[in-house]
Amino acid sequence: MNGVTQELEIVKPSKLSIDGVSKWFREGVVKTQALDNVSLSVDECEFVCLVGPSGCGKSTLLSMIAGLDSPDQGKIMSDGREITEPGRDRMVMFQEPALFPWLSAIGNVLFGLKLKPNLNNKERLEVAQFYIKLVGLERYAHSNIHELSGGMRQRVALARSLAPNPRVLLMDEPFAALDAMTREQLYGDLQAIWAARKKTIVFVTHNVREAACLGDRVVLFSPHPGRVREEFKIDLPRPRDINSPDLAQYATRITKALKSHQGSEPAAE
Amino acid sequence: MRRFFTAVVFFALLIVLWYLAQGFMVHEHPGWDAFAQAHLWWPAFHRWSPVLAPSPVSVWNYLVGAVEDRTLLEATEVTMKRLMLGYLAGVILGVPLGLITARFKWAGDTIGLIGLGLQTLPSVCWVPMALLWFGQTEAAMEFVVIMGTLWSVQISTDSGVRNVPPIYARAARTMGSRGLHTWVKVIVPASLPFIVSGIKQGWAFAWRSLMAAEIYVTILTGFGLGHLLHYGRELNDMDQVLGIMLVIVVIGLLADKILFSPWERFLHRRWGTVKD
Repeated sequence: MNGVTQELEIVKPSKLSIDGVSKWFREGVVKTQALDNVSLSVDECEFVCLVGPSGCGKSTLLSMIAGLDSPDQGKIMSDGREITEPGRDRMVMFQEPALFPWLSAIGNVLFGLKLKPNLNNKERLEVAQFYIKLVGLERYAHSNIHELSGGMRQRVALARSLAPNPRVLLMDEPFAALDAMTREQLYGDLQAIWAARKKTIVFVTHNVREAACLGDRVVLFSPHPGRVREEFKIDLPRPRDINSPDLAQYATRITKALKSHQGSEPAAE
Repeated sequence: MRRFFTAVVFFALLIVLWYLAQGFMVHEHPGWDAFAQAHLWWPAFHRWSPVLAPSPVSVWNYLVGAVEDRTLLEATEVTMKRLMLGYLAGVILGVPLGLITARFKWAGDTIGLIGLGLQTLPSVCWVPMALLWFGQTEAAMEFVVIMGTLWSVQISTDSGVRNVPPIYARAARTMGSRGLHTWVKVIVPASLPFIVSGIKQGWAFAWRSLMAAEIYVTILTGFGLGHLLHYGRELNDMDQVLGIMLVIVVIGLLADKILFSPWERFLHRRWGTVKD
């Protein structure tokens, strides 16, 4: 078996467990609590969406799973091992433009692959091409980032985070800045890629419909401090269409719950 | 092509105007002379002292003569050598220094502050000290050029690094990049637009510093363009002064087009933001 086939093999997705995590931020003299005793577990190959208003700490939780931040209390485990730093088994797709403008589309995908010691350059290129193709950008592989549309950029970002073949994909409002048409297309593609590549996905969004469309489970957060409020299991067949009426029913239920938790409590210290 | 044509017409007109303002009466045109005498109401027909405003023809004659007797080429060579050495040293020192002052707080608080202070000091102010330390030598000139280049490059590099969106470094970390790798592969390329504009600005400072220094002091080891300009002044030879000024302008323009335009085009193509 050569390096490329081995690299492209589907790896076993991780199981995540978040156990009593709290996090505080200090801004000047004011100390605010971002997360309060959050516990959550995500199964292998599960697609979980974290939903909540801004300030509910969902992005903070995501960057702690990524290992970019660490909890002040509690533990985050991946397959039973505590997460202490970023690792290639957990890749992040950011909302902000985090692609490197000095590299071409495929150059961005290659960035993470170049840090994998077990491949040679030819194999890396082949792997990068595989992922560029997977996200449907083979014609734009050598384009500069500024030449691509917003949707295409997020496709590059998706390819870049898939390329090191992680066990977990962490997505922080990746489609928030896109128009509705582009988003719809990406919902379909993301579901297909998830089915093909078998990743555990934690997806942060404030768009309830998006969460209901993508997630096996939607976890609702309330803000100040961030707490887990409710969970919704979405029992709909895939691939799901964002415009389907069944999905709309779920979205309505979640939105109602979201509103009832919002501002119901004063900010706790 | 059209832009080129516009530029050519513009400069031709400029020279014609210059010639009109000065040329007629200085260069024997008997017919014109009588005409001009009869129309002295028009300012161009007044005889201007060739010292105050040398005609384009006499400036051209000086330039041709200076090229023929090799003084101009030798002076250009001396000057360019000083400039290149000092400038390259300034860039080679300035970029890493900027990276260090941006990376380490203690360096920013110390060296960074010195840089900020010294950048406000026109580097020709270093000439008296440089002469004492190095004598009337090339080293003194190069020191002045380095002091002109170094801080502007350091400051731009420093602010380039500080302006790199933190998300780049975070993204790189998730992909397994750490420490030096992040610096070489992420921070430096991300601050490239700033670094390039810094080394371009450094070039302008280096050029100015060197001209000021050459006009200011005589250096025994070589006669540069600044010296030619200076001796033109001493001899009341304004053809020479104006001719050298033109040469200085042309070298500056060429440097901009040859040294920096390719970089700016590259940045424009990749980033899509820097306008050329």
